[in-house]
Amino acid sequence: MPVQAARPRRSALWTAIRRHPTITLGMAIMTLLVAIAVFAPYLWTVDPMKINPIFRLRPPSQRNWFGTDHLGRDLYSRVIYGSRVSLQVGVAVALVATTIGALIGLVAGFVRWVDAIVMRIMDGLMAVPGILLAIALMALTRASFQTVVIAIVIPEVPRIVRLVRSVVLSLREQPFVEAAEAIGTRFHRLLLRHILPNAVAPLIVQATFICASAMILEAILSFLGAGTPPSIPSWGNIMAEGRQFVSVAFWILGFPGLFLTLTVLAVNLLGDGFRDMLDPRMRRRL
Amino acid sequence: MYAFLARRLLAAIPVILVVALFVFLLLHVSPGDPAAIIAGDMASAHDIERIRARLGLDRPLPEQFIEWAWALIRGDLGSSIFSNLPVSRLIAQRIEPTIALTVLTMAIAIALAVPIGVLAAWRAGTWVDRLVMGFAVLGFSVPVFALGYFLIWIFAVRLDWLPVQGYSPIAQGLWPFLVSLTLPSLALGIVYVALIARMTRASMIEVLNQDYIRTAKAKGLSQWPVLLIHALKPASVPIVTTIGIGVALLLGGVVVTESVFNIPGLGRLTVDAILRRDYPVIQGVILVFVLIYLIINLAVDLIYTVLDPRIRY
Repeated sequence: MPVQAARPRRSALWTAIRRHPTITLGMAIMTLLVAIAVFAPYLWTVDPMKINPIFRLRPPSQRNWFGTDHLGRDLYSRVIYGSRVSLQVGVAVALVATTIGALIGLVAGFVRWVDAIVMRIMDGLMAVPGILLAIALMALTRASFQTVVIAIVIPEVPRIVRLVRSVVLSLREQPFVEAAEAIGTRFHRLLLRHILPNAVAPLIVQATFICASAMILEAILSFLGAGTPPSIPSWGNIMAEGRQFVSVAFWILGFPGLFLTLTVLAVNLLGDGFRDMLDPRMRRRL
Repeated sequence: MYAFLARRLLAAIPVILVVALFVFLLLHVSPGDPAAIIAGDMASAHDIERIRARLGLDRPLPEQFIEWAWALIRGDLGSSIFSNLPVSRLIAQRIEPTIALTVLTMAIAIALAVPIGVLAAWRAGTWVDRLVMGFAVLGFSVPVFALGYFLIWIFAVRLDWLPVQGYSPIAQGLWPFLVSLTLPSLALGIVYVALIARMTRASMIEVLNQDYIRTAKAKGLSQWPVLLIHALKPASVPIVTTIGIGVALLLGGVVVTESVFNIPGLGRLTVDAILRRDYPVIQGVILVFVLIYLIINLAVDLIYTVLDPRIRY
């Protein structure tokens, strides 16, 4: 009996994989990366901060799989630990930006006078390149995990606000919303129970893309010296320290760059897959 | 047309005002003591007090804003805390490489992306299409500085074809100028190519399914006129919109690209300003970038009327 039960289940999984190859690929890479981040201490790493001047700028070898940096620190361990920063920043920014943006967007879509003010502010924020805005914010605060997240959240919020607002505007005149209003549903309940669920699918897609963009922004901020404090190994920090050695020790830039690209690629694949899955109309278009 | 231009210029005013208010408030209402942070950890109480007075942080908020905004209207962006030079002069000295890099990147990116996107749409569903779309996802995922160093490593270090870093002004000859900007433009342009190629493909696929395309094919027109005249022109409005929207992405990338390739433009000015926490310079550069963004988008709107005669302003 168990043999017969197993067969349809396996083929169902296989069908899902066949139908959504991008999600499968993205999910596979992501799972691997999350595992790397979580189990970093057990993956044959050494202390990523341990300085060993005798072994500085060594190319990849048996002893140091990814080589060493200018202070002789083991690059493999630094890159593995660096995955923690990227993943944490990506997820934190996606969650915070989506929550704040959704709340602002809901209210803006429903209340005319709020809409007028909020959308002017959002237009202004969208006109500033996200990197510059984040840089300006970082220049005024002391670098820490929280300030990096906040500095990236602010430029990302307008995207969510616009999205949620447009959903609300299209729903506001729908009969089910009017009906809910007519029976005296309270404002916050109307927004959270009747409107918000309709925005969830596009929100998930957008949150995924924001996660990808946040990882790139964090790396850029760290690379420019305005991000994660240098005491924490992040891919951006490692690359910033390796930049002078581009011609003699490219591995210091190459490995973190490769990991960063792979991570962002996985998240983007997930985003593309979610979009195709949740909005079949878009499937043929993009 | 002129009425439209005037209306668009008026619409840009609230955007600039919001940005101006935002960069102002950023400095003045940020948590903690901005004067102390700008002064750095080694500063004495006297230094902090001096910087506070320099930035006007010791006076009431509305008074500070009115004074700052009034100076801004007259084109006075204040002066650098570090070098004491007027910010407007620092920006003027650095703007050429930034504009050159932006314009060249846009030109290269559009010249690459549109044919790729048309090709993918024409061959939709085949391996050509999948290759283009795969490249587009990758293009979105490679951070500009990682790609920049990769290009430097391949083309400058290993193959020794192009200079590693640096910038040669256009006044010193067109060829060295173009050579110095080749790698930066490629690194910066990749995201933009991905964005435009995707939109070109999507828009073209939609148009190619229209009845009049079938008519054009049916009356015996060959492949190219149908693709380029009958399809690409009507498909170009969303493409041009994307080009406009992507400018913000491009301008953000400029800051990073300039640091990777050591180009003395506005981006480098910004990065140097961050490291010195030279806030008046950061404020000024943000405002200039927003201005460039608005001008390019205005130009994009004007191009619509050329591409789609149905749009009349």
